[in-house]
Amino acid sequence: MGNIFLASLIDGLLIGFVYGIAAMGLSLIWGVMDVINLAHGPIIALGMFGVFLLFNSIGLNPYISLIIIALVGLLGGMLIYYIAIHRVLTAPPLSTLLATYAVNMIIIGLGTAAFSTTPRNVNFSLGSLGSGMITVQGTRLVAAALSTIITGGLYFFLYRTRPGKNIRAVANNRAAAELMGIPSDRVLALSFGLGTLLAAVAGGLISTFFPFTILAGGAYELKSFVIVVMGGLGNPIGALLGGLILGVMEGLIPLVLPNTWVPVLEFLLFVVILLVRPYGLFGAKK
Amino acid sequence: MKRSMFVLFSLLVLASLMLVACGPQATPTPAPVQTQAPTSEEPVATQPPAPVEKTAVIGFTASLTGKYNVESSRQTNGLKLWMDQVNAAGGITLTDGTVVKFDSKFYDDESNKDRVQELYTKLATEDNADFLISPYSSGLTAAAAVIAQQYNKIMITTGAASDSTYQQGYTLVYQAYTPASHYLTGALDLLAKTDPEAKTIAIAYSNDSFSTSVVEALKSYAEGKGYTVAVYEGYDPATTDFSALINKIQASAPDAIMGGGHFQDGSTFAKQVYEKNVTAKMIALLVAPPEPSFAELGDAALGVVGPSQWEPEAAFQPDFGPTGEDFVNSYKAAYGEDPSYHSAGGYVAGLILQKAIETAGSLDPDAIKQALDGMDMTTFYGGIKFDTSADNHGLQIGHDMVYVQWQKDANGNLVKQIVWPESGATAPVLYPIR
Amino acid sequence: MKNFKNIGLWVGILAVILIGIWPIMSRNPSSRESTSVILQSIVLAASLNVLLGFTGYVSFGHVVFFGLGGYVGTYLLSAQGWPLWIAAPAGGLASGILAFLLGKAILRLRGAYFALATIGINEAMRAFVNNFGPFGGPIGMTLKFKIYNNYGGANQALWIAYYGVFTLAILAILLNFFVKNSKFGLGLMAIREDEDAAEVMGVATPNAKTWAYVLSAILPGIVGALFFFKNGNIEPGDAFRLNYSIEMLVMVMLGGQGSVLGPVLGAAGYQGLRGTLLTSPIFKNIQLSVAGILLLLIVLFIPAGAVGWLRRRFPRLRRFLP
Repeated sequence: MGNIFLASLIDGLLIGFVYGIAAMGLSLIWGVMDVINLAHGPIIALGMFGVFLLFNSIGLNPYISLIIIALVGLLGGMLIYYIAIHRVLTAPPLSTLLATYAVNMIIIGLGTAAFSTTPRNVNFSLGSLGSGMITVQGTRLVAAALSTIITGGLYFFLYRTRPGKNIRAVANNRAAAELMGIPSDRVLALSFGLGTLLAAVAGGLISTFFPFTILAGGAYELKSFVIVVMGGLGNPIGALLGGLILGVMEGLIPLVLPNTWVPVLEFLLFVVILLVRPYGLFGAKK
Repeated sequence: MKRSMFVLFSLLVLASLMLVACGPQATPTPAPVQTQAPTSEEPVATQPPAPVEKTAVIGFTASLTGKYNVESSRQTNGLKLWMDQVNAAGGITLTDGTVVKFDSKFYDDESNKDRVQELYTKLATEDNADFLISPYSSGLTAAAAVIAQQYNKIMITTGAASDSTYQQGYTLVYQAYTPASHYLTGALDLLAKTDPEAKTIAIAYSNDSFSTSVVEALKSYAEGKGYTVAVYEGYDPATTDFSALINKIQASAPDAIMGGGHFQDGSTFAKQVYEKNVTAKMIALLVAPPEPSFAELGDAALGVVGPSQWEPEAAFQPDFGPTGEDFVNSYKAAYGEDPSYHSAGGYVAGLILQKAIETAGSLDPDAIKQALDGMDMTTFYGGIKFDTSADNHGLQIGHDMVYVQWQKDANGNLVKQIVWPESGATAPVLYPIR
Repeated sequence: MKNFKNIGLWVGILAVILIGIWPIMSRNPSSRESTSVILQSIVLAASLNVLLGFTGYVSFGHVVFFGLGGYVGTYLLSAQGWPLWIAAPAGGLASGILAFLLGKAILRLRGAYFALATIGINEAMRAFVNNFGPFGGPIGMTLKFKIYNNYGGANQALWIAYYGVFTLAILAILLNFFVKNSKFGLGLMAIREDEDAAEVMGVATPNAKTWAYVLSAILPGIVGALFFFKNGNIEPGDAFRLNYSIEMLVMVMLGGQGSVLGPVLGAAGYQGLRGTLLTSPIFKNIQLSVAGILLLLIVLFIPAGAVGWLRRRFPRLRRFLP
C-alpha cells in the first residue's frame, strides 16, 4: 500500500511544479500592477500551440522552442499591455478585469477559428523512469526540473538585476519610482510581458505530456487563481510552493475520496484562504 | 417648446434602440446544400405533365465550434451525403405522385446546451422544418428532444446513445444509435469468451450522461455475471491528468480496464495507462478507439478495444439503402477522408427518414410516425428497429455494436480489426495485451 | 409613492414592455424564445446591477444563483411534484439564503479578492452538485414530459414560463429603481464610492452589503427555475456556466452600471448582437472575437456604458434615463 502513496505523491509533486510555473505569471502581474490577467488561460494555450506548431512543422525540439515561445510571449504580453491595459490601469478594478477578459475572448475566438477544437498532441517522448507502480515520464521530470530553474531565474532577475529591481520598485510605489527616474510605463509593460512569458512557457511544457485544445488553458487559469492566493501575490517561490501543494492535494485526495471531490475541496480551500489569509500562506512579496 | 422636443427626441432614441434590439433577427443564410426551388403546388391533372415537387426541410444544429466539432462535422457530412444522393436520384415519390426533395437548415450550437433549445425552437417554428435531426452528443440531444416533442416534430436522433432520453415520455423521438446500455456489455462477453479465468475489472468513466449510462449498465451486467468491480470511479470530462485514478486502478490489479468517455479523455487515458506500465490484460474504452486518429498514440493504442456503431469492414447485407462499400466510396469521393461511425450515423438518420416517408407514401406526420413505429430493416449500418413501449419509446433495439481492436499488421503498422461479435470478426482478439 | 411620479421609472418599465410585448402580440414561438433570452438577461443584469452598479462589488460568479435556483426548482418540480408557482419562488428563496450565508463570509473581501471568491464559490458549487445524488450528480435531472400537462400542455406551459420571465423583468426594474432612490440605496452607493468613509458616516456596511447581495440573488434564482422548467433538463455544466456570469457583467457594463435603464439596454443590445453574429455567415466563426473586441472598445473608451454616455452627452435627458 505504501507504493500507491509514494506513486501518488511523486505524481502530485511533478505536476505541482508545472502548476507553479503556470501560476507564477499571474502572480507577478497581479503583484506588480494589481491586475488579474483573465487572458492567462488562453496565453497558456497559445504556448501549447506554439510548441506544437514548431514541433510539427520544423521538428524543433520542444525545449528549444521554449526559447522562441518565451520571446514571443514577452513581446505579445507587452503588446497586450499597451493596447488593453495601459489606459485602464487607474480605472476601477472592473475595467482591467473586463479588458483582460476581452483579450481572452479575442484569443479564444481567433484560436478556435484557426485551430478548431480538435485535441492536439505533441508526440514527443523521453521514455520513462522507474518501474511498476512508481513510473514517471521523462517529459514530466524535465518539466519539473525546468520549472525549478525558471523559478530560480525569475527570483534572480527580480532581486539581483536592475530591471528586476525597477519592477519591484514600481510595484511598491509607482509614483515614488517615477520620481527616482524609473520609466514606470515601460517597466509595467515589461512585467506584464514577463507574466505572459511565464504563462506561455508553462503551456509549452504542459504540451509535452498532455493533449490540449485552445480551450485547455481555462483549467490552468482557475488553478492559478487558487495557487496565487495560496502562495501570495508577486511571490514566485510562493507560487511554486502553492503549485506543489495543489499538485500533491490532487494526487493524494483521490486515495481517500472519489476524485470528483477534488475540485470541490480545491475551491473551498481557495475561498477559505481568501477569507483567512488573503496575503497567502507565504505572504506577499513585492 | 424645446422641452417637448427633447422629450420626443429621447423617446425616439429609446424606441430605435429597442427596435434594433428586439426587431426580427437577421435572417440567417440557408445551409449550403441547395435543392431545386419548389414549384407551387398545383392539383395534379389527370395527365400530369411534370411531377409536382415539394421540398421537405430538415432542421438541426451542428457543433461547428466547441468541443464536439470534430464528431459533429462528420455526422453532418454523413447526413448531407445522404441528402445529396437522394436529391440527385430524383427525390422520393409519394403515392399521390408528388416528388419530395430535401433541403437542410442548420445552426451552430457551439457544443453548448443553452442555445440548443432556442435554435431548435427557431427551426421548428420560424424555419418551418418538417423533420428534425438531433445535435451530436446525448447531452445536447436531451435538450433538443424536449423541443421536438413540444412542437410536435418528428426527430431522428443520431450521435446520441443515452437511454434516458427515451424514458421521458416522448413519442416522436427515434434513436439511430445503439443505446448506451449496450455499449460495453459486448466487451464483457468478449472477455468472458477469451479468458474465463478473468475475475476483476476496473471501471473509470467520464462524468457525463452518456458515459455514466454506459457504465451503470456495464456494472450491473458485470456483477450479474459474477465479476468483481474493483474500481468504479468517474472523472471530470475535461481531465487531462489521470495519474491519481490510474494509481488507484493499478493498486487493484484488475484483469480488464473498461470505461472512458469521449475521444479526448479516452485517448489521453489510454496513453497514460500505457505510460504508467499498467498491466491489465484487456482495455476497452468508449468512442476513442474506433477513431482512425487513435492510432497516433502508437504503442499505447496497441490492443485497445472499443465499441463502434459501425465499421467499414462490417458486411451487413442491406435491404434498403447502399452497401457499406458504396457508402465508404461515395463518402471518400465527397469528403476526401474515410467515414467514421459518426458519418454513418448521420447518413443512416437520413435513410431512416427516407424509408419512413416511402413506407407512409406521404409527408403526413402521423403516417410517418406509424411507419417509424413499425420499421424493421437492415441497412449498411446494421439493423434498425424502434422500441414502441410507452416507457422506452423510440429506443433503438435492432442495432448492435461491433468491437474493434488495434493490432499490428505484417508491416508493423497499426490497423483496426473487428474482434467481436465472432460472426463479423476480421481477426482473432489479441489477449493479453500487456 | 413619490417614486411612481418619477418619469424615469416609467421609461424603464416602458423599455421592458416594448421589448417583451412583441411575442405576445404576434404569438410567434420563435420570437418568444429569443425575447425570453433577452428578458432573462435583463433580470440577471439588473439584479447584478444592485451588487455591482450600486454597491460596487464585482461578482464574477453570479451565475451560481441562477444555477441553484434552477436546481432547486427542478428538484421540487420533479422529485417532489410541487407546482411551478411554488417551485420557482422556492428557487429564488434558496438563492437568497445562499447569498445571505455567503455574504456573511465573503463580503469582507474587497475588490478583486471578492471577485475571485465568487468564482471559487461558483466552481465549488458546480463540483459539489456534480457529486450530489439527489440533484442527479453529473447526469443532472430531466423533467418527464407529462409534467407539462399540469399546465395545459407543452405550448401553454411555455407561454406561462414566458409571462413569468416578463413579470420578473419588470420586477427587476422596479427593484433597481426603488433601491436606487431609497436611503438604503444611498448607503450602497456610499459604500461604492468609499466604503470606509461610508462606515464612518454611519452606514451599517456589513448589513447593507449582505442585503444588497441577497436582493441581487433572489430574482436570478426564480428566473433560473423558470428557464430549466422550460428546458426540461438541467446538468451541472449548464447551470453553473462561468461564461454566463461574465456575459452578465458585460451587459451591465455595456448598458451603464449603476443606472436603471443600463441593464435593459445592455442586455437587449448584447443578446441582439450575439444572435446576429451567430447566424451571420461572416462572423459565425469569430463571433467570440468580435464580441471581445467590442467589449475592449467599450472598456477603454466608453466605460460608463451606453446610458452613462447618453447622460453625459445630453444632460437634459437625465430625467428620462434613470
